[in-house]
Amino acid sequence: MSVADPPALTSPPIPMPAVAREQAPAASAREVKLRARGLNVYYGSRRAVRDVDLDVGANAITSFIGPSGCGKSTILRCFDRMNDLIPGARVEGEILLNGEDINASNVLPVEVRRRVGLVFQRPNPFPMTIYDNVAYGPRRHGVKDRKVLDEVVENSIRRAALWDEVKDDYRRKSGLSLSGGQQQRLCIARTLATEPDVILMDEPCSALDPIATLKIEELMADLRERYTIVIVTHNMQQAARVSDRTAFFTLGDDRAGYLVEFGETSQMFMNPREQLTEDYVSGRFG
Amino acid sequence: MSQATSPQSAAAMRRTLHADRVATGVLWAIGIFVVLILGAIILHFLLASIGTMSPSFLFGDPSDTTVGGIGPVLWNSVYVLVLTLLITVPLGLLGGIYMAEYAGQGRIPNIIRLSQELISSVPSIVVGLFGLALFVNATHWSFTALGGALALSVFNLPLLTRLTEQALRAVPRDERDGSLALGTTKWQTIRHVALPLAIPGILTGVILTAGRIFGEAAALIFTAGVATPSHYDFANLNITDPRSPWSPFHSATTLAVYIWAQNSEGLGQFVRQIADSSAAVLVIMVMIFNLGARGLGRVLQRRATGVS
Amino acid sequence: MAATATIERGPIDRVMTVRERIDPARRITLMASAIVLLLVLLLLVFIGLNGVQIFTSSGIPFAAVFNTQWLPGDQFVPGEVSFGIFPFIAGTLGVMFVAALMATPLSVGLAIYMAEVAPRWARSITQPSMEVFVGIPSVVWGWLGITILVPFLSHNLAGIGFSLGFSWFAGSLVLALMILPTITSIAYDAITSVPAEMRGASVALGTTRWQTIRHVVIPAALGGIATAVVLGMMRAAGEALAVQMVIGNRPVMPTSLTQPLTTLTAQITLDMGNTVGGTPWNQVLWTMGLVLLLISFGFVLLVRRLSRSRQVP
Repeated sequence: MSVADPPALTSPPIPMPAVAREQAPAASAREVKLRARGLNVYYGSRRAVRDVDLDVGANAITSFIGPSGCGKSTILRCFDRMNDLIPGARVEGEILLNGEDINASNVLPVEVRRRVGLVFQRPNPFPMTIYDNVAYGPRRHGVKDRKVLDEVVENSIRRAALWDEVKDDYRRKSGLSLSGGQQQRLCIARTLATEPDVILMDEPCSALDPIATLKIEELMADLRERYTIVIVTHNMQQAARVSDRTAFFTLGDDRAGYLVEFGETSQMFMNPREQLTEDYVSGRFG
Repeated sequence: MSQATSPQSAAAMRRTLHADRVATGVLWAIGIFVVLILGAIILHFLLASIGTMSPSFLFGDPSDTTVGGIGPVLWNSVYVLVLTLLITVPLGLLGGIYMAEYAGQGRIPNIIRLSQELISSVPSIVVGLFGLALFVNATHWSFTALGGALALSVFNLPLLTRLTEQALRAVPRDERDGSLALGTTKWQTIRHVALPLAIPGILTGVILTAGRIFGEAAALIFTAGVATPSHYDFANLNITDPRSPWSPFHSATTLAVYIWAQNSEGLGQFVRQIADSSAAVLVIMVMIFNLGARGLGRVLQRRATGVS
Repeated sequence: MAATATIERGPIDRVMTVRERIDPARRITLMASAIVLLLVLLLLVFIGLNGVQIFTSSGIPFAAVFNTQWLPGDQFVPGEVSFGIFPFIAGTLGVMFVAALMATPLSVGLAIYMAEVAPRWARSITQPSMEVFVGIPSVVWGWLGITILVPFLSHNLAGIGFSLGFSWFAGSLVLALMILPTITSIAYDAITSVPAEMRGASVALGTTRWQTIRHVVIPAALGGIATAVVLGMMRAAGEALAVQMVIGNRPVMPTSLTQPLTTLTAQITLDMGNTVGGTPWNQVLWTMGLVLLLISFGFVLLVRRLSRSRQVP
């Protein structure tokens, strides 16, 4: 993954677009939705992530940036316990959702994943109708009432900014017949239908064209009102455009990823505290 | 890079090219030869059955004085097939789900895999002996369709289990992860995402196995019986009556077994025609099963992954 | 758009329901897949118990069974009898090896043809052909053998000085036809899994297609081809009806390809219906079945050992 055109080395910084700046509330007023303390991830005996501490604020967009292979996705997936699916993976440390430890012995991954949704890098709609795709989550969670399902499905599709494009035939049309960008918004609608607290997005636009990407970025800004969003992106400009807070990770000498710096996006890009951060955002490496 | 074009290397090059041409010719000849053999076999039986093949042959009763028909044995072939599938498909499905989704790498899956390979290697005549010992003697059933179906299930079950396992493993990981990320349980993911995607492959495989079962004889000789049935009273719906063709306990000489019996015990002057035409029926059924499975597989594949 | 709270959720930290703890799906599917295990054990028990009856209940000594004289005599009148099963074991091995000898060149050649030489249209003919070929039931092969092959062999070759009819040769020939598609499809898989980079390297050095096949592809696929041949032999050894119909059923040690012969499978097929349970003649048939079972299990373990040793990096 190459970083797109690095800015000039004598930074004027990447300008913050209007959307994120206007709506970014003050940092201190935000409650903490997700908290990681002493997060370490091992694959077998090899440590992949080292000692990560960070707080994700509610109703905000937090982005994880860093060179490829530094563990951003791994850390992201800790938040919905998707790493449990990888044989040999071990997560140590504390991860609190609304103050509760999601790795506690009494907590089932199923419960965590109902509250924390994940949008994948490549859109992966099920081979079903659009309606069935979106209704999948609620149905599996026990919702059977047709009227309720109809309402949930329509709301979710609207909130995912997909309604206008599919409102005529979403009950009959297959999810696979949509374009890439539409499929990704369908996957977002599908996640929204489970009414999560947090939405994780793992490089959601990397398989999409620029126009589709823009649509999703606008969607993210809208979603921020109701949801907490964490996004992993290899595209720095996207992080700058879209997020309120940014966490920068990189690979240490022990080949494990670690958190270098975490702060308000504007500050991270214009006035980073760490030299490494400065080097990365100005394109000197990555 | 320049090459010395001395007479020696030019000759060597000629030999190499010549060898390549000869090899290509031989390989083509082999290909054509084998396909021709198959074609000849099919043609032979089709031609040999002209004059005998007719609806009255297919559905009529066997006779000592005329060519007669194969109705009852054809019924038995279908009956035993359906019974075997009824037993093995659900069990194979469940077993394959375990192996693909829950098992992993431990000792138990390895032992199960070894068992599957061991059973698949057993000659069908030995399976027939096993069936004789268990489903005929030990149970005091004597020859029955159920006994035959159970014997066939012995080697059919591991086949279907492996089939299901492979079809499930072929389902892309993304689809599964997408379901799990929405907070569903493993079983929900299997039932609503993985299994539906695996069904086309499973179905194709089941049809192919059905073709094999239809032609099976060695395992049935000592379990379902060899005696030629004279007439089946289909109006007798009492399934506990071993004389009723609907009963699992009726002795069920199948078409394949019938051919063998004609060869070893047949006395009439029509043995040749009966066996030739019966063989033609078997070959045609095998082709229907095989090519049908292929066609169905293609259609379902397009429907499952393509745009609806 | 205000959403109604449609999804009830309790605290994230909760106790597992009984259903979740037991996980019925996992247990049921495990039991279904473990049935094969049960079947293996049942097979060993039933065939094993019946197979040793001739020693335990009829008291026939080992020497009488493990020798080359098959003189079962009159099963109702005790007398000097010998139940030597070596002729059958030798017959099984004999037809197996000769069938493999006959089939392998053709099978491997066909596999090479399909993998390397055949254009797409030809493959779309050969592949279904193989599938139909493998599906032809063994009775049909046997019947073909007895109605076409054996008369052909005895009439047409008589002129050259061979007297060939029901014989070892006929048995192996029919078996060769039966195992041809088996060997072909496994060899085909082995050949097509040779990496494209290897072929590319050879071709880039300016070799002809045959040279690449002969010096790169076949050596690389040799392990898989060997497995294919072994599996073909396994199928040949286990085949009963087709062999029984053309082999002549003479229980003697194999000495000449033109002689009538018999195999373990053929003899079981022939005699089982005609012997009375409990008599030594009947019991020795079960012993033969046990021998077949052990041979096939041995084969599987052998193939496993072979493929494991090939995987050493």
